[in-house]
Amino acid sequence: MSKMLNLKLKIWRQNGPHAQGSFLEVDAHDIPEDASFLEMLDVVNERLIADDVEPVTFGHDCREGICGTCGVMINGQAHGPEKGTATCQLHMRKFNDGDEIVIEPWQATSFPILKDLMVDRRAFDRIVEAGGYISAPTGTAPDANEIPIPKEVADTSMDAAACIGCGACVAACPNSAAQLFTSAKLHHLNTLPQGQPERWKRTEAMVETMEDFFGSCTNHGECHEACPKEISLDFIAFMNKDYVKSKIKNRSLASKR
Amino acid sequence: MTTTARREDTKPARKLPWILEMYRSDVAKKWIMAVSGVILLGYIAAHMLGNMKLYFGAEEINHYGESLRDLGGDLVPRTHLLWIMRIGLTAAFAVHIHAAYSLTRKNLQARGRVRYDEPRQYLAANYASRTMRWSGVIVLLFVVFHLADLTWGWFSDDWVRGDVYANVYNSMDAWPIALIYIAANVALAMHIFHGAWSMFQTLGINNPRYNNARKNFARGIAGLILIGNLSFPLAVQGGLVDLDGHTPGQYNLEYGE
Ligand code: HEM
Ligand code: FES
Repeated sequence: MSKMLNLKLKIWRQNGPHAQGSFLEVDAHDIPEDASFLEMLDVVNERLIADDVEPVTFGHDCREGICGTCGVMINGQAHGPEKGTATCQLHMRKFNDGDEIVIEPWQATSFPILKDLMVDRRAFDRIVEAGGYISAPTGTAPDANEIPIPKEVADTSMDAAACIGCGACVAACPNSAAQLFTSAKLHHLNTLPQGQPERWKRTEAMVETMEDFFGSCTNHGECHEACPKEISLDFIAFMNKDYVKSKIKNRSLASKR
Repeated sequence: MTTTARREDTKPARKLPWILEMYRSDVAKKWIMAVSGVILLGYIAAHMLGNMKLYFGAEEINHYGESLRDLGGDLVPRTHLLWIMRIGLTAAFAVHIHAAYSLTRKNLQARGRVRYDEPRQYLAANYASRTMRWSGVIVLLFVVFHLADLTWGWFSDDWVRGDVYANVYNSMDAWPIALIYIAANVALAMHIFHGAWSMFQTLGINNPRYNNARKNFARGIAGLILIGNLSFPLAVQGGLVDLDGHTPGQYNLEYGE
């Protein structure tokens, strides 16, 4: 039998984007320390249902840290106290018996609350739509490894592609900026040969869409600390460089003058 | 369903000149802020080094002040080069502040109403990075005060154009004025500490290999400027710089505009 924890929870409840919210205080007794944070919420919800109270809504899907659906503020930290860990992969053994845990949704003007702990992150979809694709010719599938890609390039692109789009970066940022997310999506494609044809167009389009929704980076570095995939701040620098370069150079004008 | 607030800027009907078009973007605003920051930083360092002549005596520093007006020697009319530098600096200052102001407004809007009950846990942000707006405003107020004090001589009947040495002494000999200089330069050093780290990121010229060195660079440059600038009011207060043997008007240089 694993050790049991008795916790005091303060969970944000809110019926919709414009509803008045408030905290629900719950005495969560006998929570197995081997439970994940979301399993702890499951246990709490089962008990709420048994008491005829509406269960708390929270986002979750894969529960193995790869889909980016989960994510709440736990005691003022996005995804809680463990570095590089999504809420679903956080385990209750990281907490102590008797702890009070405050659980709140992500906060940003562009992440309106849908219900309780679940927010609407479609602003991220708008950013990806703006340029998160490559053009590939149809027809016969090319041979594998036809395009040589240096190992370092494949690695750094993969590191950027690890972003699961959970939104913790925005939630952790004092400016609600989405630079870490956007730069990861850009770096993923902008470093690969397949991403070159649309590189400058993509950078301008995704950055400008990002700016339509989110704040602006002041280089605190909070996003990186909160990120379950530990996406690097360097990607933000690369994005800044590509954006300004694209704006200044305007190579595409050369033939038209 | 909710609607996510997208900033629907009123795009100007006609395309603006590229530099203004670029300035509409937050990333580019930040880039321009960093460029103007570097210009200001260069000025601050040169200003501090030049003022070190205070320790070589009245002759030296008064001569230095005079030489600034003679910059360019016989190639340009007297004070013209100085005026070009003054105008350039003022422009950099104005642009820096305008970008800071408009990005700050946008960030507050993107953040929205602070809903978190549990205070945000800062993991990476430091005091300097979170107080850039305040340290910046203190620097602005200080620059105005400093010009009025030593360039225009508003606060003292003893002020003589061209007698830099005596003017500095007469100003900083009063402890409330010395205190203002000390407090403002602490704010300036904090601003430079975050700014000198931040600018590499913003300009996209960081390099993963040297990222740790950047923090030390920021510490070093902020520290040097702090020590240098604090030394002047402290030296006057401590009696290291005094008016013994100094007769006002003794340095009969071509004082003037
Ligand atoms: C009214 C005066 C000033 C205000 C309001 C102001 C404000 C700001 C703000 C808000 C930032 C953004 C920091 C960040 O979030 O990363 C910044 C950056 C910076 N400031 Fe200032 N500042 C002022 C004066 C100065 C002066 C006099 C200097 C010169 C020493 C300076 C140098 C810098 C540098 C180098 C940066 C880094 C730019 C970057 O973020 O990449 N600032 N300033
Ligand atoms: S539920 Fe998929 S990442 Fe947490």
